Amino acid sequence: MVISNKPLRFILAALVACLPLMGFSNSEKDAPHVQTEASHESASEGHHAEPTDVKSKIKAFIGHHVLDSHDFTLFQDDETGKHYGFPLPVILWDNGLHIFSSSKFHHGHQAAESNGNYYVINHHDGKIYRTETAEGKIIENEKTGHPDNVRPIDFSITKTVLSIMVAALLMFWLFTSLAKSYAKNGGIASGVGRFFEPLVVFIRDEVAIPNIGEKHYKRYMSYLLTIFFFVLFLNIFGLTPLGINATGNFTVTFSLAILTFLITNLSANKNYWGHIFWMPGVPKPMRIILAPIELLGVFIKPFSLMIRLYANIFAGHIVLMSIIGLMFIFKSWIGSTLSFGLSFVLSILEILVAFLQAYIFTMLSALYFGSAVEEHHHEEGHH
Amino acid sequence: MDKLINQFEFGLFFWQVLIFVGLIFLLKKFAWKPILDAVNTREQGIKDALLSAENARKEMENLQADNQRILNEARAERDAMLKEAREMREKMIADSKIEAQAQGQKMIEQAKAAIENEKNAAMAELKSQVSTLSLSIAEKLLKEELSNKESQTKLVEKMLGDVKLN
Repeated sequence: MVISNKPLRFILAALVACLPLMGFSNSEKDAPHVQTEASHESASEGHHAEPTDVKSKIKAFIGHHVLDSHDFTLFQDDETGKHYGFPLPVILWDNGLHIFSSSKFHHGHQAAESNGNYYVINHHDGKIYRTETAEGKIIENEKTGHPDNVRPIDFSITKTVLSIMVAALLMFWLFTSLAKSYAKNGGIASGVGRFFEPLVVFIRDEVAIPNIGEKHYKRYMSYLLTIFFFVLFLNIFGLTPLGINATGNFTVTFSLAILTFLITNLSANKNYWGHIFWMPGVPKPMRIILAPIELLGVFIKPFSLMIRLYANIFAGHIVLMSIIGLMFIFKSWIGSTLSFGLSFVLSILEILVAFLQAYIFTMLSALYFGSAVEEHHHEEGHH
Repeated sequence: MDKLINQFEFGLFFWQVLIFVGLIFLLKKFAWKPILDAVNTREQGIKDALLSAENARKEMENLQADNQRILNEARAERDAMLKEAREMREKMIADSKIEAQAQGQKMIEQAKAAIENEKNAAMAELKSQVSTLSLSIAEKLLKEELSNKESQTKLVEKMLGDVKLN
């Protein structure tokens, strides 16, 4: 009876329940393929072989997507091997500056020559290594699995750096035009700034003032606003089909978290350090036990910031791309339609996550700043 | 964790920190400060406008209260004046009544005294008249009585009789 009331939901539920069955049937078919592929790869002694079946192709595609890359490929044609996109400048420091276009790598198929040195891109991590000759290969260490080749310091304008630059330029243009529109429009925002002004006011009224306090919040406003919109824009960029994954990149979230860490600890007052090393209001032996725990907390806080943003965006990209990839694995009108619907719903969820993670990062940064500048008033409210 | 550390890329870190810190300072100067200032000024303006509206309302109320008070005072004054006038009139009426009464009393007493005087005078007049008249009557009677001897004795006898009886 309940079912007859909700026929559509039931049908959907039934279809979703059938999904794994279809998936299994496919994978069984593909299983020998994968095995032969694996054996073929092992036979070719580390030489990178292009995956041929759909599943491994999708896996490889996702694996490459979440990493940084030295060229901006929008899409590629497997039949002809043609890549649609544009190369990016490679800047290396290897006993001298080497600057050349990433098109020299021919998408990883060739070694690039610069000032007598040869460089290749490793397919596994997308990083550039030096080889001795033009035909040189990356030799992987048996124990660690990492290449033994020398790595030059890589200052290349990679896809992530480019997207960071674009986000920074976009932000600069947006918010300076918002600032200018006040003067032009008699103190009222105009244009696209009307959308961003409430967000700015929200960060001030709901994030900065409650967490830091009326007295000190102004010092941190620039950082909080910049980090909120920076993370938000990069999160949203990551949801576009351009294949950008900046906030899902460990290095990016690390650098953001370390800035919060530095600002927190450099602007901290006596009260903050007092709470860490000599916790007031607890017995003396407890203070000695608490000190290392609190000191550890100083590092764990920014570490959690870093991991939270990275893991959320990274996982979101993996899940979304896997479900999009399911469409090509199923190749049936039911399975592909369902995974299309599912990926659509997930994309909407990811937009929510994009806003939420930007908010949480800003909110927690504000919270840490607030604890760093908190005044000495715990007698009445702390215990 | 090993995989994570492997993912760390110094070049990307360098660019990210450079761009981000630069962005913070640029935006601080060219965007956040003007935006927050504008928002603050606007909010202050709204607050001020609301406050002044409230003040104007209060002033209006005060003014109305003043008007009411003045009106009430005027009304009270008018009432007091009316009351005073009424009292004065009543007093005047009462006063004149008392005065008239006193006057009347006085006149009555005067009249009474005059009447008494007149009466006394009249009585004295009457007395003298009556005495004269009775003397003349007595004279005439005596003259008539004493004209014969018989009647004279009779009279003397009679008088003697009267005396005996007494």
